[in-house]
Amino acid sequence: MKETPLDIKSFLDQDQKKDLLRLLTAGSVDDGKSTLIGRLLFDSKKIYEDQLTALERDSKRIGHAGDKIDYALLLDGLKAEREQGITIDVAYRYFSTNKRKFIIADTPGHEQYTRNMVTGASTANLAIILIDAGKGVITQTKRHTFLVSLLGIKHIVLAVNKMDLVGYDEKVFNKICSDYKNFTTSLSIPDIEFIPLSALNGDNVVETSRAMPWYKGKSLLEHIETVPVTTDRNFNDFRLPVQLVLRPTLDFRGFSGKIESGVIRKGDTVMTLPSRKTSVVTEIIGTEGTVEYAFPPQSVTITLADEIDISRGEMIVKPDNQPQIERQFEAMLVWMDEKPMDPFTQFFIKHGTNTTRAHINQIKYRIDVNTLEQHPCPAFTLNEIGRVVVTTNKPLFFDPYRKNHGTGSFILIDPITNNTSAVGMIIEKLNPSNADLQATDSEIRHLVNSGKSLITSEELQKRYHQKACSLWITGLHGSGKNILAYTLEKQLFEQGAVVVLLDGSTTRNGLSCELDYSPADRAEHLRRVAHICRILNDQGIITICSFISPYEQMRKQVKEIIGAERFVLIHMDASLDYCRNNQSELYERAEQGQLFNLPGVDEPFEKPQHADLILNPEETKQNIEKVSDYLAARSFFPY
Amino acid sequence: MNNFSINNLRELEAEAIHIIREVASEFEKPVMLYSIGKDSSVMVRLAEKAFAPGKVPFPLMHIDSKWKFREMIEFRDTYTKEKGWDLIVEHNVEGYQAGIGPFTHGSKVHTDVMKTQALLKALDKHRFDAAFGGARRDEEKSRAKERIFSFRDRFHQWDPKNQRPELWSTYNTRVNKGESIRVFPISNWTELDIWQYIRLENIPIVPLYYAKKRPIVEIDGNLILVDDDRMPKEMSEKATMRMVRFRTLGCYPLTGAIESEADTIEKIVEEMMTVSKSERTTRVIDFDQEGSMEQKKREGYF
Repeated sequence: MKETPLDIKSFLDQDQKKDLLRLLTAGSVDDGKSTLIGRLLFDSKKIYEDQLTALERDSKRIGHAGDKIDYALLLDGLKAEREQGITIDVAYRYFSTNKRKFIIADTPGHEQYTRNMVTGASTANLAIILIDAGKGVITQTKRHTFLVSLLGIKHIVLAVNKMDLVGYDEKVFNKICSDYKNFTTSLSIPDIEFIPLSALNGDNVVETSRAMPWYKGKSLLEHIETVPVTTDRNFNDFRLPVQLVLRPTLDFRGFSGKIESGVIRKGDTVMTLPSRKTSVVTEIIGTEGTVEYAFPPQSVTITLADEIDISRGEMIVKPDNQPQIERQFEAMLVWMDEKPMDPFTQFFIKHGTNTTRAHINQIKYRIDVNTLEQHPCPAFTLNEIGRVVVTTNKPLFFDPYRKNHGTGSFILIDPITNNTSAVGMIIEKLNPSNADLQATDSEIRHLVNSGKSLITSEELQKRYHQKACSLWITGLHGSGKNILAYTLEKQLFEQGAVVVLLDGSTTRNGLSCELDYSPADRAEHLRRVAHICRILNDQGIITICSFISPYEQMRKQVKEIIGAERFVLIHMDASLDYCRNNQSELYERAEQGQLFNLPGVDEPFEKPQHADLILNPEETKQNIEKVSDYLAARSFFPY
Repeated sequence: MNNFSINNLRELEAEAIHIIREVASEFEKPVMLYSIGKDSSVMVRLAEKAFAPGKVPFPLMHIDSKWKFREMIEFRDTYTKEKGWDLIVEHNVEGYQAGIGPFTHGSKVHTDVMKTQALLKALDKHRFDAAFGGARRDEEKSRAKERIFSFRDRFHQWDPKNQRPELWSTYNTRVNKGESIRVFPISNWTELDIWQYIRLENIPIVPLYYAKKRPIVEIDGNLILVDDDRMPKEMSEKATMRMVRFRTLGCYPLTGAIESEADTIEKIVEEMMTVSKSERTTRVIDFDQEGSMEQKKREGYF
């Protein structure tokens, strides 16, 4: 009596260790697809008795298989569909063998149901594509194969069914295989297996068949039980889209999400996007408690050493392996909605845990799923597929779909009906040659009317390899500001930066020719210069400004105009004696009362309280280095 | 060597946790329907894991048809207290006052009033915009095609012909006011997976799942437990003590037991593998009419 629980225990222990294979079956009713699945379920002895009884009863009433059991009825779930004799949606089936557990996504083969097949394929590791041996490779086969490759399934089984109807002829099988190979060379599918079978008679479904001794390969079941799929996962590029932030207590802040790819270990340095702040992983909480490392597809919660503000929709990655961060990209889009595409719609785009608005800028082409030919297309209708350019309101953190299904896929949601209008697979960020196609007409009009450039700051940064800023050099007359400014300009120019230099001599003669050196006029002059800096910075250009700007208040105003994040204050900290030595004539005239408003003599010079850099005028060479290092550290240049 | 392979249960667990967290993040007022059954118990455990070391950020809700097994209610109250769950219990007040019950009104009326209507009223009352259910696709044919995020209109109706496409693990969670989503985090689990997980995680379940001698009467081929004196005397008089257990739990007059010696999880699984009757055959309501589960689902039943 004691043996039984022991046996079942070891069965359960074994069963628990099995891995899971998700597979897709594609083919039409005529190809015997439902029969094949029914056979897999039946022969792997997991069909429950009472389901069978119901099946026998239904087979007699509405079955399509004559006196035999109609396995297809096992699968057709919904009432209306059963009456039509077709499956019209994705149905999921579960079975397990001694080696593996399986989830089958059963999808119909009819052209109008591309939508369903794409749905089933999105989660599948492997696809079984059914062919009727009597018909060979037909349009539908090509369509199914294209969709499977579009969704990035790495393993295909071409199940050549109904071999019994062609006399189990090896030549027929070989012809089909070579036709299929010819067709698939352009589709980059890494693993294709060919199996001749008869679903109706069970040949090569579970057991290899004696009817086809010439076939030396595995049966269908043996093949799907053993094909390795763990290695299909991406363990290289760590991506954790933050799903939610857990703050159960004041001293715990965890970032939860499903690892889409890559491996994370305790102690790893990570970077959060879009803030680009880095920190170190202090704890990884998995479903069985704290772990040393985690990998896809696990759902985890991680904690970091530093208090970084991260919210849902952001992403945790590693600093040396970042995804693309873009607002525009090209994608393959599948239209899923009965409602045809309206090119002016501002969709919601859901990409991982990130939701923002998006619109389709351009349809590059529609692809005919039967011939794979490309056609121009003004707007998609249900089940149409094509290549598009998408622009989003916020940048997305993505990878190309072929490298990463999790971070390379998205859905578009209709803002009025809330339906899932389309689904997409990202190909690449937008090719720069398409830059002129980045905005729609209405967007252009809106930008132009509000005086905004059609060129984004990201584009400028990329073109110039710099992030615009204004280097504002303050200091006494004769402190060496201009030496620094001019040598810096020359050096940055030689390194490829786009720089404009502004100083007294270039601005006082024209721009501010009516102004004198009184504090009020000085402030007005600096206000004008600051606005020029701002305009130049907006256009991606770095400015170097050399102005005494003696009052804290003046520098504060300048900073506000230019913008704090791109204002860099450099103080040329020279003693009055040093300056007097340099510019003795000027200082003498001021001291003799022949010249007014010279800071340091008859006007104060307020030393800046918060300069970004304080330089010693005697160290000209080091000063250039210090400024260069500063620009590099803040990624102003090089960017 | 690092091992980057994941077994089937942990993969299903990771998927369910991702789904549960997605709902908690994207909906204003989610609720987890708690039926006290084994699938619910697994689902609640998954929710606890999803937010550990924090608390589950939404309430559980039990729709009490007032005809549940007494042991179920005891179990519910014990564990709610022990685990500190935020539990809401609702029932159809009008139906209860009208004395609706399976013996007097039949299974169809009882299920509609005390289960389906009770659920819909409770969802409206609390204005929940997402409700988790513990349904699995392998339970019944019409469930095999239901999405994990299953859209319901303002009247809580399901339209099987007009379901939102569901790709990858990117779930469309957008609803307008009054509409809602039913979410099934354990859609891809089989009955065996559920038992395995209960065993692996030591999840407490109602003792009715284990075989024991119980007073049983046979009604239309179903083995019905005499759970209280609301069973008409002419029926309960015929009760005999039989060694039985329950594969699913619901209203006691509508839930048939099976004869069994299985008093451990291992024995239950063994019995399941060999006896091979699918779970819902012990549910009287499924046999009301052709395609009856689909009909009930369209009307708003889980």
